[in-house]
Parts: sequence; C-alpha cells; structure tokens
Amino acid sequence: MSRTRRARWARQIRPLFTVYLPVLAYVLFALFPLYFMLVTSLKSNAELYDVNAVPFWISRGLTADHYGLLSTDTPFWSWFANSLIVSVASTVISVVLSVLAAYPLARLRFAGSATFGVAIFITYLVPPSLLFLPLANVVNWLGLSDTLWALIVVYPTFLVPFCTWLLMGYFRTVPKEIEECAMLDGCSRLQSMLFILLPAAVPGVICAALFAFTLSWNEFLYSLVFVSPAELKTMTVGVFSELIRGDIYYWGSLMAGATIGSLPIVVAYVFFLDYYVSGLTSGAIK
Amino acid sequence: MVAYLEVDKRVAGKAQVRRRPGFLARDSHVAYAFIAPALFLLVVLVGYPFVLSIWFSLSDARVGNTGSFIGLDNFNRLLASPIFLQTLQNSIVFTAAALAAKTVLGMGLALLLFRVARFKRLIRGAVLLPFIVPTALSALVWWWMFEPLYSVVNWTLKSVHLINHDIPWLPDPYLAMFTVILVNVWRGLPFFAITLLAGLVAIPRELYEAAESDGAGPIARFWHITLPLLMPVLAVVILFSTIFTLSDFNIVYVLTRGGPMNMTHLFATYSFALGLQGGQIGQGAAVSLFLFPILLAVVFVQLRLVRKAALYE
Repeated sequence: MSRTRRARWARQIRPLFTVYLPVLAYVLFALFPLYFMLVTSLKSNAELYDVNAVPFWISRGLTADHYGLLSTDTPFWSWFANSLIVSVASTVISVVLSVLAAYPLARLRFAGSATFGVAIFITYLVPPSLLFLPLANVVNWLGLSDTLWALIVVYPTFLVPFCTWLLMGYFRTVPKEIEECAMLDGCSRLQSMLFILLPAAVPGVICAALFAFTLSWNEFLYSLVFVSPAELKTMTVGVFSELIRGDIYYWGSLMAGATIGSLPIVVAYVFFLDYYVSGLTSGAIK
Repeated sequence: MVAYLEVDKRVAGKAQVRRRPGFLARDSHVAYAFIAPALFLLVVLVGYPFVLSIWFSLSDARVGNTGSFIGLDNFNRLLASPIFLQTLQNSIVFTAAALAAKTVLGMGLALLLFRVARFKRLIRGAVLLPFIVPTALSALVWWWMFEPLYSVVNWTLKSVHLINHDIPWLPDPYLAMFTVILVNVWRGLPFFAITLLAGLVAIPRELYEAAESDGAGPIARFWHITLPLLMPVLAVVILFSTIFTLSDFNIVYVLTRGGPMNMTHLFATYSFALGLQGGQIGQGAAVSLFLFPILLAVVFVQLRLVRKAALYE
C-alpha cells in the first residue's frame, strides 16, 4: 500500500512541485507585463490614478476612452498603416533578395563563395546602433529623409543577412537530385530554383518572411532617426514620442497604443508558433 | 558552415579543370547574377556607411558640415571624458550582469521545460512571447510598472508589508541600472531558454541511461553529459547575446534615456545623445565604433567554433 502510494507520488505529484510550479512562476513573470498593458489600457483614469485601488484588475468598469483618444488626438491609424506598409514592403524585398542570394551559397560552386558567406554572417551581427549615424547621412544623400522609403530601403540591411542565413539552411535540406533531374530535362538554373527548389522549401520561406515582418514591425532606432514628421512615424516610435507631452503622461493611451501595436505580432505568433521556434533556434543550431 | 564552403570551392576548382568546364563556368555566372542585388544593397547601405562612420570618428563633423580630418582627437577626448568612462563602465556592468542572469536562468528554464510533458506547446508559446513583442512597446509597460507614484511593483511590496515607503526605481542611479538589466533579462531569457531546449532535445538519451546504470546522480549527469554536450549551443547563444545586449538601445532609451546622471548610458544611447541630439557626429560615431572590436572578436570566435564543429562531423 505505502509503496504504491510512494510510486504514485513520484510519478504524478512530484513533477507538479519540481517542474510545473516553477515553470508557472516564470510564465507569470513573462506574461504579467503584457497582461498589465491590456488592463491599464481598459481602466478609467479615476481608477488608474487612485493609489488605493488594487492595480491588478479593473473593478470600476471597462472604458474604451484611451483607445478613443488615440484615434481622435493622434495620427495613430497613420502610424499603424505606416508600420504595415514599411514592414510588408521591406519583407517582400528582403525575401526576394535573400532567396536569390541563398541559392548560390547553398548550391553553386563559385569563386568567392566563402568570402560572401562570411560577409553575410558579419553583416548579420552588425547592430543598428553601430550604423545609424552614417546611415542618416546616406539616407539624406539619397533624398529619402522623412519618407517611408528611407525605412523600406534601410530595413533590408538587417533582414537580408538574417533571411539569407536561414534560407541557406533550408535549401541544403532539399536533396540536390530533384534539381539535377529538372536540369537534365532542360530547366535553367532560375527555372529550377523557382519551380523545383522553392516549392520544396516553402516552410523556410514562410519562416524567413515571418521573421522579416516581425523584425521590421518591431524596429525602433532607424525609425526614430530617419523619420520625424508625426504623421509619418511608425507604430513603435509614434506611441513613444507623441503620447508624452512635456511632463504629462497619458498612461492609459500609451498602454492602448502599445497593446494595438503588439497585436499584429502576437496574432501572427499564435498562428505560426512552430515557424517562430524553428527560425529562432536554426540561427544558433545549424 | 564556412568550412563547408571552402571544401566546396576546392572540389569545384579540381572539377573545373578535369571535366565539364563550360557547365561550371555558366554556373558561376549564374551565382554572381543571383547574389548581385543583395551584395549591392549591403555594399551601399552597410559597407559604405561603415567606412563613413570611421571617417566621421576621425573628423570634427557636425550636423550639416562634413568636417575636416582631426586624427584621433575624438577618441582622446572620449577617453578623458568622465561621461564616456561612466558609459564604458555601465556597458560592462549591464552586459556582464544581464548575460550572467540570462545564461544561468535560461539554462534552468530550459531544463525545466525539457521535463514538461503536458501543455507543452502552450507553455513554450507563453515563454517565448516577451521576445516577440516589440521591445520599444513592452519597455513602455515596464516604465509604467516602475512609475514613481503609481508603480504596481511598489504597491505590491507595500501591500505585503515588505516596504513602507515607495522605492525610487528609476530616479535612483543604481536601482535604474538594476531595472534596465531586469527588463533586458525579461526580454532576452526566452531566446536562451528555447535555444538551449533545442540543444537539450538533441542529446541522445542513451548517454543518460548509461550514466545512470553506472550510478551517476542528477548533478553528475548534468556536469558530465548535459553541460559538455550543450557547450557548442551555449557558446553560440552567449556570443550572439553579447553583441545584442552590448548594443542595446531600446530598453535604456525608453526607460531612462541614459539618466539619472548618465548612470545607465550604454554605447548606443550615448552615441545617440552626442551625435544626434548634441549634433557632434564625429564624437557620436567614435562612441559607436567602440562596439566594433567586440563585434570582430565575437565573429572570430564564432567562425572558429563553426570550423571546429565542421571538423568533428
């Protein structure tokens, strides 16, 4: 009797304390700020700025006022549209350029391939904070300052290395033989890449596109530096810089903006979780 | 990775002489045509700006003025400036503390997640979320959570009677540093945990069974099997994170803007303050170039690791 009970303890109850409770504690720590963002955005100012009210939940009714203020007092939906335009455009450009660049690195033999591979790897690691000052000059010189084009052109500088690296790994997993067959039948390299390799590497392309979109949507420094008119800002910069006026903080609206600004990424993430996990780990493992 | 490419190149060189020269020559034309757009982009928008940044750092360039060559004056002036030395110290403290916390906690979390059998997808999804949401926006909520008057952290600590007056999280220089490190760890931990978890899954189970039958306890198994076999993944994760932690801009800029009294300035935020807000582009470029030697060191170590891994395969 006591032995079976001890066995049951070991099998079922012990993991609860040694695994699930610590993990739960961490998950609460990870998710609390995001939960708090949502709660703050829906709470009335009277409750928000009452030092005696319990901050963890809403006890005096939900309000959409903070979201209303975003729509009426700020060009919030322009920021949303700007972020969307910039992210989609730079994602498309980057994925096309990266597919083209990753293909020869994974498949073809050419002088300088090793050098190009290392160059891609180094630019992958160059942080934006190293280049934003001279890039501001280049953007100015190209006549792109204070336009969304500045961001559409600059974002691929950190997206292309990442996507190329990722796609190269995926392309290697597709057997060479299927392409060789197609080429014996008279396909050109371009045709063989487009019609034979790409359909077989669709998960890799989706993964690259998701990461490119997420990284552009989340970008902050370049957007802060290259675009200054309020109505041309992207989401991350607009919420931060236009909702703090002098010493007045519109905390409810700040959190409302942060919530809507995070939403597209969270939705994409929920639908494509496995792609995110594989993209994240392939950078380090492969 | 790189080693593979070099081997490929050598093989290609021989093959080209022996047979099918026309076929391979056409191949390399195709290769150059394919990489040309990406190469052009990287030369114009990464290579050229980098050279420009070196020129700026050696000049007295200001906004609207290309400036003239002044040698290493900017670097000399920086090394004599107390604010820059403070920034240097902050960067080291910030990176060392955040990396140590992310490594230890990330390893612990990966080991826990490895043993999770139920709600696996849900839990992994929740764990990774802080890494995915825009940092500039999630840093805003952290700012709100540490706001002097309405801080939810202070409210909680007061209501459980751990403290009886508000803690000045962001106005106090040392607490501000603690706070930005905390937020960086919150954001970066998922990357460590999920990547290390992928490494753990790849370790063959037989090794643990063999060790167990030889009488090795859990701690011995961790030190003699898990850690050595996880080392390559751990090294890569730490190297990546070194660069991204050291060059962090968003968290510090949103939470403290480098203050109070420059006590949380990192290279990126100080370079931004000098070069853009102060208009001293030369000095700003010189500050951000301090990131470069560390970047080079990381690339060097990383390439060596990859080469070693390729040799073992």
